[in-house]
Amino acid sequence: MAFPHKHLIDISEYSADEIMLLLKTAERFKEVNERRIKQVPTLKGATIVNMFNEPSTRTRSSFEIAEKRLSANSLNFGGSSTSTVKGESLSDTVETLCAYKVDMIIVRDKHAGVPRKIADLSGVHVIDAGDGKHQHPTQALLDLYSIWEHKGKFEGLNVGVVGDISHSRVCGSLIPALKIMGANVCVIAPPTLLPADVATLGADSATSDLNSVLPDLDVVYMLRVQRERLEGAPFPSLREYNMLFGLTKERDHLMKPDAIVCHPGPINRGVELDSFMADHPKRSVILDQVYAGILVRMAALYQLLGGTNDGIDA
Amino acid sequence: MSEPLVKSICMNEEDIDRALTRMAHQILEANHGAKSLALVGIVTRGDILAKRLRERIEEIEGVCVPLGKLDISFYRDDFMTHFAPEVLGTDIQFNIDGKTIVLVDDVLYTGRTIRAALDALMDIGRPAAVQLAVLVDRGHRELPIRADYVGKNVPSAADESVRLFLQDVDGKSAVEILDVDPGGRAGAAPLGTKEDTE
Repeated sequence: MAFPHKHLIDISEYSADEIMLLLKTAERFKEVNERRIKQVPTLKGATIVNMFNEPSTRTRSSFEIAEKRLSANSLNFGGSSTSTVKGESLSDTVETLCAYKVDMIIVRDKHAGVPRKIADLSGVHVIDAGDGKHQHPTQALLDLYSIWEHKGKFEGLNVGVVGDISHSRVCGSLIPALKIMGANVCVIAPPTLLPADVATLGADSATSDLNSVLPDLDVVYMLRVQRERLEGAPFPSLREYNMLFGLTKERDHLMKPDAIVCHPGPINRGVELDSFMADHPKRSVILDQVYAGILVRMAALYQLLGGTNDGIDA
Repeated sequence: MSEPLVKSICMNEEDIDRALTRMAHQILEANHGAKSLALVGIVTRGDILAKRLRERIEEIEGVCVPLGKLDISFYRDDFMTHFAPEVLGTDIQFNIDGKTIVLVDDVLYTGRTIRAALDALMDIGRPAAVQLAVLVDRGHRELPIRADYVGKNVPSAADESVRLFLQDVDGKSAVEILDVDPGGRAGAAPLGTKEDTE
């Protein structure tokens, strides 16, 4: 059966089966990433543009590695070199890219909705690599992959997402994705970092008391305190944040023995996560998440760029 | 899609067993034993045939040769025009460098699968030699590829499908020639089901 999606922009458009297919495909790419020649010719001849209009090192590097290991030709477009600073409109930029005859555009932008707009304007495949405070679907996929790898299931898992919920595009994709897969989601944050209407998040519950819910959690997902996005001092000090919402060594005894700790990176050590937890050999899956990022991005490229016609097999 | 019409059954379970036994003898004869020999089956049925060949080789020679399975999904030449095939995964746990690899597949047709399998093997390591064993050779080659060991030559028309069914995954063992609907699939049947339903 052909993969029914052209784009990866809004994770909530995907069904549980489709997400599971992406995770299983990602798992198959481990073999490619762990051998001497870490490359397959699958996307030979495809041209993929990485259009990053906002600073990004990790996400862009991860996409680039995924593209190269699938033998696609990739082009980095954006950043300080972007033509938008010269006053070019988004539609002119997209038309230029289309004139290059590209097959896929991967977009990171500070404005929510730009990936959808580019999809409408260009007609080529689009992957949202993070748009404003909206979505970051490949991050959600890599988080799901890491959870699945360590827990083997989603159904009935209690996942706590802790931190800056209202500014987080990671949440924007992760919470709906976890709900699609059947997990229970609790958001934990200072009231100032929760949206006015918590129901819009789609989580099952919300609280500002980390200690009260920690004993029930199978997965503790710590969000980064985005110091660059904080306006109007939502909490008094980073030290107080660490005391109330940080995953500290002292909180270890409150957690289930097999609870795991996720973080999208980069970590603010001593703020949302103590080094004890970030480097915890049993709990921390943070480096597994980085590896999963390559696997799920390869899987997304593979499924989205595969043709749509069921042809005659050789 | 309607159920394809079975035109004839060209191998039954006993025929398949006898062919595999003969092929095991031929492999051992051509390679002067099982030294540095390894079997790699192409999923989804070549891997099962490779496992059976390994059992036969062990019965005859008393040697259990390394066994792996190869998924050629990432090496297909039609990836950008045909849908992304389901990836079942490559699993080769031994070092193939310096080994004589016998690739095992069910039906040899255009040769494109074998082309892809050769490329995939070369990315995994550097075998001393690669040989090809197929249960059925149905002709219609599109590439300069031939098999070293053949269970049965089955002349077929391009609008026919030659399919292997195996007890382990299909509930029966047979090689059947089927009529294909115009525009229908002419490849291997998916595991455990008789026909792809769109």
